[in-house]
Amino acid sequence: MPLHKTLEQPIPPRPATVTAAGAHAAAFTESHDVVAVPLRHPWRWVLAAVLVLAFAWLATSLWNNPNVDHATIREFMFSPQIIRGAGLTILLTIISMVLSTILGIVLALMRLSDNPVLNAMAWIYVWVFRGTPLLVQIVFWGYLGLLYKQISLGIPFTDFHIFAVDTNTLIPAFVAGLIALTTNEAAYSAEIVRAGMMSVDPGQKEAAYSLGMTPLFTLIKVELPQAMRVIIPPMGNETISMLKNTALLSLIAVLEMYTVAEHISAQNLRQVELLVVVSCWYLALTSILSIPQYYLERHYGRGSRTLGPTPIGRVVSLFHRVMSTR
Amino acid sequence: MSETLAPRRRDHERPAGIPLVRASNVRKNYGPIEVLKGITLDVHAGEVMCLLGPSGSGKSTFLRCINHLETIDGGRISFNGELIGYVQRKDRIYEMNRREVAHQRRGIGMVFQRFNLFPNMTALENITVAPMGIGKIPKQVAIAAARDLLDRVGLSAQANKHPAQLSGGQQQRVAIARALAMEPKLMLFDEPTSALDPELVGDVLDVMQRLAASGMTMIVVTHEIGFARGVADRVVFMDGGVVVESGPPREVLEKPQNPRTQAFLESVM
Repeated sequence: MPLHKTLEQPIPPRPATVTAAGAHAAAFTESHDVVAVPLRHPWRWVLAAVLVLAFAWLATSLWNNPNVDHATIREFMFSPQIIRGAGLTILLTIISMVLSTILGIVLALMRLSDNPVLNAMAWIYVWVFRGTPLLVQIVFWGYLGLLYKQISLGIPFTDFHIFAVDTNTLIPAFVAGLIALTTNEAAYSAEIVRAGMMSVDPGQKEAAYSLGMTPLFTLIKVELPQAMRVIIPPMGNETISMLKNTALLSLIAVLEMYTVAEHISAQNLRQVELLVVVSCWYLALTSILSIPQYYLERHYGRGSRTLGPTPIGRVVSLFHRVMSTR
Repeated sequence: MSETLAPRRRDHERPAGIPLVRASNVRKNYGPIEVLKGITLDVHAGEVMCLLGPSGSGKSTFLRCINHLETIDGGRISFNGELIGYVQRKDRIYEMNRREVAHQRRGIGMVFQRFNLFPNMTALENITVAPMGIGKIPKQVAIAAARDLLDRVGLSAQANKHPAQLSGGQQQRVAIARALAMEPKLMLFDEPTSALDPELVGDVLDVMQRLAASGMTMIVVTHEIGFARGVADRVVFMDGGVVVESGPPREVLEKPQNPRTQAFLESVM
């Protein structure tokens, strides 16, 4: 039926078919204390039980597998070699994340600037470093000595050098790994920072400028703190994948945790056990990393939502409550 | 709430010297569209000028040109005898670099339709951030001044709240206090009450009225005809990127001469 026809028709009177239900409703309104029960979810319990059983079965079958030697796992779980390797893994992760974040911010600002030269440079950087495999980049930096025997500072196209150093002396494996991880990660953080900066309302910049703030001051005090709210969750992600990507440095013999484990298993031929050991370590380290992320998100979330107590704060207040009731 | 917002007395005598703001033949294009087709206006110190006009008439754009949030394509705007955003050499004006513009903007406060408070700072921090960071005012002095300003806009109890915890009217009053903290000689208002719920408009207009009474030079883009009638020294009606009519509110609002002004006033009143 066309709309105008519908509109022309008189609204029919509402049919009076609610008598039985009406009586029921009346009985309800008379009792004053009616409890509202939220929607119940019995199937969640069933699903949880199934999953717990499946997990228990998987865990026991792994644990009782005759090919896994528990003694080896226990021996190497906290061995000094593995702990030293884990230390190097953490160090690589922290340094390369800090440096790549700084480089990423610079690249993002270049991309966002209205200077076409800077813009193009940043675009090309991201294009190259995001467009080639990290594995390839690591090998490239590790074997830079094959490409350039010496690295020197001088006047281009002449023989004049201020200094010249052997490439492998200037860039040992650790530094090569650090450069590879940092330069690759910077391409990703640049895009994350750029997205964060674009999420800030343009009115914020105008308000800052109208108060006489310089572009740099506006960036530091107004734009970046607000962009952080958007930047931190994906950067937490990046930190965790960085921690795991350090394992790729075994290709250029940086003695981080995975390389150490590889060396050990090459001697005792216990590959699976050592993989279990490093997996436990990686899992523990990535779990720890989510703690600073939580607090950073809280810090930069100020003003956008009301903050509840932190988990530690909750434990402390629970402790106080328990003590006071005694 | 104290009686006035700024310590200066209102000077009803129009000063004879050079105007505080002088715009001559200002032109502005957005691509092929000409939004300002030669605006010529003078605003004297202590004067309150209301810019009225239908949306798209260029009044907000013109306001934003005054503190160089928008570039101009022709003409000139000077503030306190100084070109804003440009340096003149021979018959051309060259745009300044952004640090120099930032320095000029300190003398001009601006209040936005959408408040644009910094959400990551408290009301007090919103007010102190520019005086401390840009004006190099010591922290204690800046905080004392900010508390004083909050008191004057009736919000001393909200000093430590974040913008998200304030109503629109409260946010706009904090925004006014924030602009005043830089001790500007001129205040620009870009539809300051358009984003507010009707019951919150009064508080903001009240603050603006007291600011006007204290002698502040103000240029106000607004749709509040009542405010224009009661507070403005001069009403300027713009349409299609030109000034159509200008004069005291009694003349422009009560006896508009131009048919476009008449049509607009009929539609809003």
